[in-house]
Amino acid sequence: MSNSERPNQLLRNLNAKVASIPMILTALVVFVGGTAWTVLYSFTNSKLLPRLNFVGLDQYYRLWATPRWLVSIENLLIYGVISLVFSLVIGFILAALLDQKIRFEDTFRTIFLYPFALSFIVTGLVWQWLLNPDFGIQRVVRDLGWTNFSFDPLYNSSIVIYGISIAALWQGTGLIMCLMLAGLRGIDEDIWKAARVDGIPMWKTYVFIIIPMMRPVFITTLVIIAAGIVKVYDLVVAQTSGGPGIASEVPAKYVYDYMFFAQNLGQGFAASTMMLLSVVIVIVPWAYLEFGGKKHG
Amino acid sequence: MRYKFQAAAFAATAALNFAGPAAATDLEVTHWWTSGGEAAAVAELAKAFDATGNHWVDGAIAGSGGTARPIMISRITGGDPMGATQFNHGRQAEELVQAGLMRDLTDLATKEKWTEIVRPKSLLDSCTIDGKIYCVPVNIHSWQWLWLSNEAFQKAGVPMPKDWNEFVAAAPALEKAGIIPLAVGGQPWQASGAFDVLLAAVGGTDAFLKVYKEKDAKFAGGPEIAKVFKAADDARKMAKNTNVQDWNQATNLVITGKAGGQIMGDWAQGEFQVAGKTAGKDYTCLPGLGLNEVIATGGDAFYFPLLKDADKAKAQEVLAETLLDPKTQVAFNLKKGSLPVRGDVDLNTANDCMKKGLAILAKGAVIPWTDQLLSQDSQKQKEDLFSEFFAKPDMTLEEAQKRFADIIASAD
Repeated sequence: MSNSERPNQLLRNLNAKVASIPMILTALVVFVGGTAWTVLYSFTNSKLLPRLNFVGLDQYYRLWATPRWLVSIENLLIYGVISLVFSLVIGFILAALLDQKIRFEDTFRTIFLYPFALSFIVTGLVWQWLLNPDFGIQRVVRDLGWTNFSFDPLYNSSIVIYGISIAALWQGTGLIMCLMLAGLRGIDEDIWKAARVDGIPMWKTYVFIIIPMMRPVFITTLVIIAAGIVKVYDLVVAQTSGGPGIASEVPAKYVYDYMFFAQNLGQGFAASTMMLLSVVIVIVPWAYLEFGGKKHG
Repeated sequence: MRYKFQAAAFAATAALNFAGPAAATDLEVTHWWTSGGEAAAVAELAKAFDATGNHWVDGAIAGSGGTARPIMISRITGGDPMGATQFNHGRQAEELVQAGLMRDLTDLATKEKWTEIVRPKSLLDSCTIDGKIYCVPVNIHSWQWLWLSNEAFQKAGVPMPKDWNEFVAAAPALEKAGIIPLAVGGQPWQASGAFDVLLAAVGGTDAFLKVYKEKDAKFAGGPEIAKVFKAADDARKMAKNTNVQDWNQATNLVITGKAGGQIMGDWAQGEFQVAGKTAGKDYTCLPGLGLNEVIATGGDAFYFPLLKDADKAKAQEVLAETLLDPKTQVAFNLKKGSLPVRGDVDLNTANDCMKKGLAILAKGAVIPWTDQLLSQDSQKQKEDLFSEFFAKPDMTLEEAQKRFADIIASAD
């Protein structure tokens, strides 16, 4: 009964392949198919319902001439830089502090990670109240006697995006801290001992030895943070609904508003295609450097 | 075991379907009436419909029309239509009708002689697409009102203004007394609506129609509209300390005397009523801002998605009749603070403000509203512009007017 032919490559690990078919189909139909469909219809003048009536790049011309879209892009950049820099820096410092074999480490870790258990909507509402000048921090400080104290970032057009970033950092930093802590725990104890024998100060050990060794953890963290930046939407809706005026609008909200509220699918699709494009521009060179290089090296 | 259970469950549902009396049909009705006064009004509709032996399944969606409409539309286009749904009559449901997703009510309308009872006639015109009627108007809502708090003006020691200009003149005195002169909530449609009211009041009916109906971009950028932007600038300065989002929170500032006034549609009146305030004594209303007494015939209407289920289709007809029933019209509109769509109903119990509205309606001083004249796309662009204008004190009038003219030029 022995089979002299080589087993067919396609039939090897058949169970595993069959099991992954649903996911492959989902990826192809939902992600790739949906993306292609969206890009295609962004060149049409679809209103409430999709229609294949091509108008060339009209939707894109209109998009880039719209002040609200430009404000959204600017806000996304500011928000992106802030959340990237601060969540990495604060997350790492907190993790390094927790790593000093302190007492009650579990308690502190729980406290720092707890905000992450809340959704962006809840986070947004909590911070909307805290930053409300009539009920929140400003009111409390004024009641304590500093009557000229003023802190109302959500009601000031020029700094509102920073107010939103505060809530985002409060919510997200705990997770980054935990990832970093896991990374720090993965460093061999002997490295520390060697550094101590050589008399290298602690901060130098961190910056020149530990951080370079934690490269994979940093990359994972970076991807998680970056994905969170591009899709930010619910936090803004809960805190300001894009206000005051259009000062805290973000691209994802523009897409939603124009697709469903303004009943202009073409415009919404054009905006979402631009969002996809920006992600691709960032991801492709990075992925090439990260994964493409290894084949040659 | 599993199959048995499923079969049993199936049999049970089937039995339920057949066993239920044919008359009592559940009909889900979606709407965005969730503030105090609105909820009281919609309860009247539900009561009237339940009295016909059917059952009103309430599908209220909180967060005003902007949040609710996308949900309703995606349910209809996604193949899970409700029994009936609210829209503002006009162009919001236009494409749904063109795509054949809505039910044609022409036969029912002919039988019930809607063309004779509904007034003004323009209401039914807004429901008509290609000669067929697709919706039932239930009320007339007009935006053209300035609501003033008597208490606030007493506190500031200035007489009650009789029109917009006097109100602007009284603003410094109000501010001195620690009162916000004009309450404008942060939702974009509030700023945009307030501007449209100023356009009809300060610019006049002709200017309003020239901009929104004829879409004359050159006129929209011209000197006459510049006057309206000057008035909008006054409003912007008077409203700069309002730190609320929702319209009913802004109305509440007026009710409690923390704000002098608010430009808001007559739905605000429902809030005054729920708070137990009396028109004329606690608050004053100025239709057309006291300058140009017109009423826009915007409002709410019910649309009926095309359903396969024959029982439900029958219930839709019953609901449509119930909505236009004189008794329902009175009960609903008194609670809602809006005007009925029939001229032949008795509104003796209406308060001062509603009577003012009815008188204007009887005179025929009506204009179509932007929901009827502009597409949702243009409306949204306008909202983006005016919410930015109201929130940004350093945006110049010239820049705002230029962008406004651009929107009108590309409007459809």
